[in-house]
Amino acid sequence: MNSIVQVQHLAKNYGGFQAVKGVTFNIEEGEIFSLLGPNGAGKTTTISMLSTLYSPTSGDATIGGHSITTDPMAVRAVIGVVPQDLALYEDLTARENLIFWGQMYNLNGKSLTMRVDEVLEQIGLTDKARDRVKTYSGGMKRRVNIGVGLLHKPRVLFMDEPTVGIDPQSRRAILDTVKDLNQQGMTLLYTTHYMEEAEELSNRVGIIDHGELIAIGTQKELTQQVGQAETLILHVGENDDSEALAKALKGIQGVQQAEAVDHEVSIVCAEAEDILAAVVTKANERGIKIRSIDIREPNLEAVFLHLTGRALRD
Amino acid sequence: MLKTFLIGIKDLRLAFRDRAALILMLAAPFVLTLGLGLVTGRFSNNSSGLSDIPVIIVNLDNEQLGNALADLFHSAELADLMEPTASSDPEAARQLIDQDKAAAVVIIPEGFTRSIIPAAGDRANLTTAAADPVKIEVYANPSRPTGAGIVKAIVDEFLSRVEENLISGSVSITQLLMSGRIPPDQVPTVIAHMSENLQTHTTDNALAIQMNSSTADGEAVKFDILAYLAPGMALMFLIYTVSYGGRSILAEKTQGTLPRLLISPTSPSQILGGKVFGIFLTGAAQMLILIGASSLFFQLKWGDLFGVVVLVLAAVFGATGWGMFITALARTPAQVGSVGSAIMLIFGIMGGSFISLDQMPAAVQAFSKITPNSWALDGFTTLALGGTLADLSTPILALLAMGMILFLVSVFMFGKKNLVQK
Repeated sequence: MNSIVQVQHLAKNYGGFQAVKGVTFNIEEGEIFSLLGPNGAGKTTTISMLSTLYSPTSGDATIGGHSITTDPMAVRAVIGVVPQDLALYEDLTARENLIFWGQMYNLNGKSLTMRVDEVLEQIGLTDKARDRVKTYSGGMKRRVNIGVGLLHKPRVLFMDEPTVGIDPQSRRAILDTVKDLNQQGMTLLYTTHYMEEAEELSNRVGIIDHGELIAIGTQKELTQQVGQAETLILHVGENDDSEALAKALKGIQGVQQAEAVDHEVSIVCAEAEDILAAVVTKANERGIKIRSIDIREPNLEAVFLHLTGRALRD
Repeated sequence: MLKTFLIGIKDLRLAFRDRAALILMLAAPFVLTLGLGLVTGRFSNNSSGLSDIPVIIVNLDNEQLGNALADLFHSAELADLMEPTASSDPEAARQLIDQDKAAAVVIIPEGFTRSIIPAAGDRANLTTAAADPVKIEVYANPSRPTGAGIVKAIVDEFLSRVEENLISGSVSITQLLMSGRIPPDQVPTVIAHMSENLQTHTTDNALAIQMNSSTADGEAVKFDILAYLAPGMALMFLIYTVSYGGRSILAEKTQGTLPRLLISPTSPSQILGGKVFGIFLTGAAQMLILIGASSLFFQLKWGDLFGVVVLVLAAVFGATGWGMFITALARTPAQVGSVGSAIMLIFGIMGGSFISLDQMPAAVQAFSKITPNSWALDGFTTLALGGTLADLSTPILALLAMGMILFLVSVFMFGKKNLVQK
């Protein structure tokens, strides 16, 4: 396989703050590569450097053989970008938006018209194409936002948390679109803080935290790093002190990690069944009512917890 | 270039889809013009404008040029517009103005003609005499700004024609002398001949002004007060439009479309050029729509069409410079909005959109030169009084220089700003 994206020691500083600390990774042609990490981990800054919006403080990357530092215009022709925040003209219709952005990517004439029609079909908005974007739902706007990134048929598409803040139905549609694009041969760099999305979509995942790429590999390779651990999720009441419970659970033999997030306590252990009784007893001793219990096979959440000592949504 | 054009067209489209902006760009100046027209009685009868402006002429010169100017105010062509009375006492005439008995007094001082055209015995000093001419005084009534402004415009037109003839005469003599076409001893004779021509031509100035004040079919044109009010309002709200356009640069940054443009294969200069072009297009469209609407609904005659179009483009260019400068100074779209609104009002007042600058203190008149309103209003008044594009060189050059200087300063300031990062 050929690496269409090659990132070497890419770093970005803002004054004394290091937003990205020299990340290095490759993306193979035709794969979906996810950058998984919590908010503020450096995902958007990394994409912003790769898309030539920000200049790196140090390091470099090549995309399609073009350097982001020395040949940014050539990089821009190769990539498509779907930014995290909507970047559309809300007083224009979807069609007008697509036409304008297509023109900015050097499309014109019949090829532009045909491509706009194709993209409208692809994002399922042909019927609403003549409505102004400001009249759309959040999910529909997200779809137009994606459509703009697809207009010029980029070889590599960067998608920066495209499902944030939308309803489950629209989220499902976007994930299906990502899969379709990949099946058509497009390479994707997808950033998310939703572990489920990274698991569902990615050929490989890079886990990023505090500006550092702390692990990279397929889901199987990553979960092997935490051994054969399972994750026990306790759902507790709203008024219960989940953090105190997590602390108490760390003392149980067999518990590797225990973290509280909102009204859930995640416990990493070798065998969930071995510790279940002790966990329930600890909860009862503290007067905490367990509403439900999930047992999960090793996943990226567990990997993140294992590597950072924190849950992904911290 | 194409992308610059496309970005400009997109901005024009967006501006005309913003209802709030449309109200301020088009409805507000139109309604204000209508309201001021009603207040001034413009719509109360069939008259198309001002008439019988009372003016007092104090001719202490009593020679060729002074008499020519006095005759101009008494000419048949200005009979409907002006109601002149003669006086020999400047102080008494000023008191009449203070008592609101007339719109203005024109005081032609003794020696005015001789300060420009030397007497027969002193013709060798033509050029030195012209260097320090005696000045005509227009003592204006502040409560009748429009009438006083028209009197001032007529006097200015007369003086500019005198000066034009004088300069061309001096230059001609110098060139003839230097090229050896006339010997030095014949200079007084040539000057004598040219002085006679100057007197004749200046007397003919009445004809020149008559010609400028007439329509193609020879009917005399009355100065329409709306020809002052309508451009005044349009120019004031033009400042709103250019600040609205400038605000869109920062708004695009906030809404993420500017970063998206910057990561497309479009250069920063194309993007900035497109934004400037968009401001220019929107301002030009606003002005031309207002001019069209006032012509259609108020039967307002703006004057020479070609001159109007060129002046509009120059005015919008100058104003666009201000829009860019305001944007370069501000940090947020809201700041551009508030600063833009303040500047719109300040320039409106100081630039003569409400009150003729002739009625303003000298300091305000000096300040007005930094406003596009002042220069453009000057041009529109000239056109309404019958001038053509050829008479607009000063305001047009001033507006173009203003726009260019402000644009360069703004580009420098934008370079210091990081427009990419939120």
